[in-house]
Amino acid sequence: METTLAHGANSAAQPLLQVDSVTLAFGGVRALSGVGFGVQPGSITAVIGPNGAGKTSLFNTISGFYRPTSGSIRFRGQDITRIPAPQRAKMGLGRSFQNIALFRGMTVLDNIKLGRHAHLKTNVFDALFYMGRARREEAELRRDIEERIIDFLEIDHIRHAPVSALSYGLQKRVEMARALAMQPEILMLDEPVAGMNREETEDMARFILDVRAEWGVTVLMVEHDMGMVMDLSDHVVVLNFGQVISQGVPAVVQADPEVNRAYLGSGNVDELRAKLRAAARIPTSAGAAA
Amino acid sequence: MRIGTLKESYVADAALFDSRTQHAWLAIAAVLLVLFPFIASDYWLYLACLVAINVASATGLNILTGYTGLVSLGQAAFMGLGAYTVAILQTRYGTPMLLNLLAGGVVAMLGGIIVGIPSLRVKGLYLAIATIAASFIAHFLFANFEITGGTAGLSLAPARVLGMDLDTSFRLYWLIVPVTVLMLLGAANLFRTRIGRAFIAIRDRDISAEVLGIALLRYKLLSFGLSSFYAGIAGGLWAYFFRVVTPESFPLSMSIFFLAAIIVGGMGSILGGILGAVFMTMVPELLKLLVDLLPGGASLAVFLSPVRLVIFGALIIGFLVFEPLGLAEVWRRVRRFFHLWPFRN
Amino acid sequence: MMDWAYLFEISLTGIASGGLYALAALAFVMVYKATRVVNIAIGEMLMAGGYLFFTFAAMWALPLWLAIPAAVLACGLLGAVIERTMIRPLLGEPPISVFMVTVGLSSVLIGLVEMIWTADQRRLPEFMPTNPIMVGDAFLAPKVFWGAVIAAVFIAAVLLVFRYWRGGVALRATASDQAAAYSVGINVPRVFSLAWVASAMLAAISGIIVGSIGGISSSMGVFGLSVLVVVIVGGLDSVLGALVGGILIGLVEALAGAYLGGEYKLLATFVVLVVILMARPYGLFGTHEIERL
Repeated sequence: METTLAHGANSAAQPLLQVDSVTLAFGGVRALSGVGFGVQPGSITAVIGPNGAGKTSLFNTISGFYRPTSGSIRFRGQDITRIPAPQRAKMGLGRSFQNIALFRGMTVLDNIKLGRHAHLKTNVFDALFYMGRARREEAELRRDIEERIIDFLEIDHIRHAPVSALSYGLQKRVEMARALAMQPEILMLDEPVAGMNREETEDMARFILDVRAEWGVTVLMVEHDMGMVMDLSDHVVVLNFGQVISQGVPAVVQADPEVNRAYLGSGNVDELRAKLRAAARIPTSAGAAA
Repeated sequence: MRIGTLKESYVADAALFDSRTQHAWLAIAAVLLVLFPFIASDYWLYLACLVAINVASATGLNILTGYTGLVSLGQAAFMGLGAYTVAILQTRYGTPMLLNLLAGGVVAMLGGIIVGIPSLRVKGLYLAIATIAASFIAHFLFANFEITGGTAGLSLAPARVLGMDLDTSFRLYWLIVPVTVLMLLGAANLFRTRIGRAFIAIRDRDISAEVLGIALLRYKLLSFGLSSFYAGIAGGLWAYFFRVVTPESFPLSMSIFFLAAIIVGGMGSILGGILGAVFMTMVPELLKLLVDLLPGGASLAVFLSPVRLVIFGALIIGFLVFEPLGLAEVWRRVRRFFHLWPFRN
Repeated sequence: MMDWAYLFEISLTGIASGGLYALAALAFVMVYKATRVVNIAIGEMLMAGGYLFFTFAAMWALPLWLAIPAAVLACGLLGAVIERTMIRPLLGEPPISVFMVTVGLSSVLIGLVEMIWTADQRRLPEFMPTNPIMVGDAFLAPKVFWGAVIAAVFIAAVLLVFRYWRGGVALRATASDQAAAYSVGINVPRVFSLAWVASAMLAAISGIIVGSIGGISSSMGVFGLSVLVVVIVGGLDSVLGALVGGILIGLVEALAGAYLGGEYKLLATFVVLVVILMARPYGLFGTHEIERL
């Protein structure tokens, strides 16, 4: 049983994304401590862990919203730790959000088109005039999105709908569509199936696999649905209290006692009671019963 | 009744006016705009020019506040920058009209960009208050420098085009209205492209917008610059129209007027900017008409100014409370009714 | 040669008028603390208080002990009406909308005042002692001094109330999360109304004092702009900030007016505003809101 910690030295090939000893502290709170792992190109990697483990903070750091207190992030071998978020998008880091971050004042189509923003070239003068470069670029964009994304995610029936009118499941799909429009090399999905039923989850799982197969996109996802994680992932990273406590193939991680303790507890009631008492500083009494 | 419109290409789907009926209406509107000056009285020509200037400025404010979500109470100050630039260039250097207008737009744009620089750190209401401060600083600059004529201001000779003086409303109409139409088209085009989408994204959720690749400061400054460019041109047109520019010509209450115009018309919609500007410009005129018609109207005339203030304020409050999407939404409802008639929904 | 006596005299006036700013700022903070509303019409509400006092004391010739409370209460009523008709319907809307409603409100109030009382400047009846106040060799206008004293009394009262009354916590609860406040049994609409009534009454007192010093007019609301700067410098939700900010701005304006000229007063204030917005946007004592992605 191999459980490697801290530095993810897990494969020979150059990882597409390499997170190295990243520490993120907000004032006195350490959201991440010495987190390190690698994401292989073409793989599906899942980051799991209890609530508050730092998964979204990790994503935000990779996206560029937070600057790590120490450590580095490398993408395609290049150090991107100091590069601002909008540029990372252009380099190929696409992402969806945990609490849907669609732009409510726009239609589905406009939201998706926004994903392509970093790769478009129209400037203000082109835009004001429109006939010419802007028109061509927009037509090209529209064709590309329709044929590759809208078709693929089966959302053609809602393309002109305002996003605020859509159901949760459809909104999540539009988020995914927008992330795909970013022409990402690595797609970061923050809880892609949160709040979905069985059928919707299976649909999304299918999309994720198709995205990898047809588009060649590497997937990095945060997820709680263990079934989905274990079925889909090539590599799993487990976070708890901002630290990597285990990583490896799903089977290995699943069997890791550390992981079990973090998620499920040790199963020893006396140990638990002692811990709680110590935390609350209650004098030991003959208290029985639960 | 119009059930659905079939588009046969993506380009057609993206067109601004996408149906035969809309094209027909557009043609009629164009014809009316061209015929209007020949059939209208001087008073109505005057109004038309004023409305057009206000539409241009309101559209600029709409870009910044309605679409990008950056509340600004400085639109009048930027208009002032444009107006003064035009006045100074015209009276001191006699440069051609179009050049002056462009220069007015550019100077106002620079002012807008400067005011927009803190917009990354300073958000929402704080930014609005900063624009009020900018307004006062601008007023101070206008009133205390020799080049701007101090508190007396400047007066201009009429614009000269092809050897002709633009000194009547009829002549100015042919300058002001086409410029305004061009500006409207530009704004409408903007929101078909990635630039316009970026603006809306900033309004709706600027943190996520950044992570998707939109450089926030650059686009906020772009929005400020563009909207104040529009204000500058409108201010320049104003200068050629009224031919007198003083520090009191562009008070804070004018900025409030434009904010009210886009709220009443409907923020975040080009049509809203037009409807709002037309409405707000016509209301005081309608009031005047009413006062003239009423018996004993002469004695009521002294109330015109305060009543106008009350009505402006009441319109802002009323629309925000009862119809936050403005007249544009009312218009959309009416259109839907006619599209679906004789069915109800 | 630096004229220290002059500087001292100017500073004294500045601090005293700062006290007045602090009182008006308190009215603003009261509403913001409870409802998160930025009331840009605070200057106009001040004006309304001054005009109401004028009506009761000068036009209806009521005795002072009746006129002052009547004006304050009437203004409080105005505050309640405003809250009920234009603020409460916008609960849940983005804060920008309510802000713009208060912009509209300021317009309405100015218009109403001009309609009822005309735009001419009026003088308020005298009710403060007129003996000049001397601090050493420095002269302080009596109205300014007594105005500051009255302001200080009310500020102290409000500070005590916020400290010892459990309503103070309720006030903060409703501001930060209305639904949660509801669910723990706080009567949110009542808190809202109370906040606006209290704020309006404080504004009325301010207005009476300011009106006594400089007369009342329909452009009195301009005072509100300086008050806005005071609360931004102090922190929108900080009572202490209102106090400190008030004195600071009072000093700045007095010094600017004395050494640069009257027309530089407002300019100086706005320059301070811009500096604070760039350096410490949440003010000296305001609470910093952290945005979560």
